Amino acid sequence: MAEFIAYLIAGIATGAIYALAAIGFTLVWQTSQTINFAQGEFVMLPAVLVLLAIKLFGAPIWLGALIGIAAFILIFGAGFKLAVVDPMIKHGVLPLAIATMALSIIMKEGAKDAFSAEAQNFPSFVPTQTISVFGASISLQHLAIIIVAFAVIGLLQWFVGGTRLGRQMQATAQNPTVARILGIPVERMVLLTFVINAALAVVASALISPIYLAKFSNGEVIGLFAFIAAIVGGFNQVRGALVGGLVVGIVDSMAAAYISTSYRLAVPLVLLVVIILLKPEGLMGRKEERRV
Amino acid sequence: MTAPATHGAATERRGLALPSSIDGTLVTLVLGAAILWFAPAGMGRYGTYVLSLWLVMSIAVMGLNLTLGYAGLKSLAQAAFMGLGAYATALLTSKLGLNWYAAFAISGLLTFAVGLVLGFPALRVQAHYLAFVTLAFSTLIWLILRNEQWLTGGVFGLSNIPRPSFLSVKLDGALEFHRFVVVVTFILAAALWWMIRSPWGRAFMALRENPVRAASLGVDTRMYTLLAFAIGSAYAGFAGALYAPLVEFIDPSPFSLSQSFFLLLMVVAGGSGYLLGPFIGALLGVVLPEWLRVVGSLYLIVFATIVMLLLIACPQGVSGLIERGWAKLTGKAGGR
Repeated sequence: MAEFIAYLIAGIATGAIYALAAIGFTLVWQTSQTINFAQGEFVMLPAVLVLLAIKLFGAPIWLGALIGIAAFILIFGAGFKLAVVDPMIKHGVLPLAIATMALSIIMKEGAKDAFSAEAQNFPSFVPTQTISVFGASISLQHLAIIIVAFAVIGLLQWFVGGTRLGRQMQATAQNPTVARILGIPVERMVLLTFVINAALAVVASALISPIYLAKFSNGEVIGLFAFIAAIVGGFNQVRGALVGGLVVGIVDSMAAAYISTSYRLAVPLVLLVVIILLKPEGLMGRKEERRV
Repeated sequence: MTAPATHGAATERRGLALPSSIDGTLVTLVLGAAILWFAPAGMGRYGTYVLSLWLVMSIAVMGLNLTLGYAGLKSLAQAAFMGLGAYATALLTSKLGLNWYAAFAISGLLTFAVGLVLGFPALRVQAHYLAFVTLAFSTLIWLILRNEQWLTGGVFGLSNIPRPSFLSVKLDGALEFHRFVVVVTFILAAALWWMIRSPWGRAFMALRENPVRAASLGVDTRMYTLLAFAIGSAYAGFAGALYAPLVEFIDPSPFSLSQSFFLLLMVVAGGSGYLLGPFIGALLGVVLPEWLRVVGSLYLIVFATIVMLLLIACPQGVSGLIERGWAKLTGKAGGR
């Protein structure tokens, strides 16, 4: 039982990180029909940029973090929207999706060439200790991840539902045409979702890198799990992405513990196929009507 | 959410260009095969190998072009399907001593069947879902190739894969095997050319342009999308069946997810929806980096950047650029 609780906490922690990535993914999908296949790389890169800024300029950690994060949000939030999505979306959803694949290759190879092909340590904000709760030893890092991730998600929910700007953003996602008629600056709202996506990626990166280290290839697994989380939860729902992320994280952790470490990746994949077969709109999703 | 009407410009262009360019395509295929038959003269072993590799990759890209360029589906498992074909062929010929031709057929059938099984649940929902299911499949294949050491040799891979013979002629030499690859590639390309001209191919294209309209015209959309995907996957299996004896050694790395992304980029670079596009795409993606060895892994970045710029400037890829240039040269207004 103690063991089970430890795995459960670890699963919720990684699940919360997948949820952050999946929420950004669905936000961008909702407002601009962009399927971002570079989502995993978006989570990989901020940590690499921070370490790179420290290495290149010899900056202290806080300054390196500031430079890396600012550069990332600027380039991969606003820049991604303006330089990749805007010129591409008029050609359709398919070329844009392929462009994001090209972007993922560029980000991954770029990180490998400019930074390092080896995994690098990333400073942790909390001590790597474990505490004992009801006989289960729980890592402080995992607890910190859960607290930070849920705080960020709560903040986002408050922003989307409780502020004027957030509600404008929501309106844009639901129906851009009507939103425009109502005088909402749709273009700016779409840009905002891209910036939020980049910011969520930064948080996810800062949370996951102390545990999994900073490595150019990290994005593959994170991206895969973010996609699975988005679909399992329901492609069009922010809270779906949250539930999906947690489910995938817990399933992954349990699979690693009780099924097989070398096939731990396979279990969420099976979950994905089962969901697509039985409840294709996702656990939290509503059925979509087909429009011509 | 079905994303119709986005390919409006492309429809018009193809509608105009198709009837006249069809026979030109076949002539180019025949001429190309003849040239490639003799091309390796004086190129040495390595040069010949690169040429053969180009053709083998072209087959995989051709299959993906059918899936993406003609049917408008995103498959992220083309490299995984190629791996399936390569490992099946390698195991059947080296471990079980089966004839290569039988292994080739089995590889194609296997990938076709797996394509059907994967595509069926995904295409029930939405074309987007195929991307995610194939993404998952890609990872699964990668795991199996790496973990099941008793079967696949794990990260060390499989070596000593025998090359086939043709009517008692041994094809062990680089030149002989290259000519064999030329013939197989030609047959597969010609089959695709025929398929696209047939009512089948028309149905595939109707699907890409407007799935809802295609359905209302009586095209069984689910069956056709499924078939396009399964045939495209079978081409990857065929490519894998040639890849294994060509390289004579296989390991999991050329069949990873990034490789599948890379194959998609090749389709787009060459020009998706053009029969000859895959050859151009594979030339840019496979042959150029072999010649530009100095650039190393930077080549991938350069290639991906070029593809992104192409996507912005000319989504029809290099083939589209050539067509535009040709239309300008001949002064025809109908080029685009």
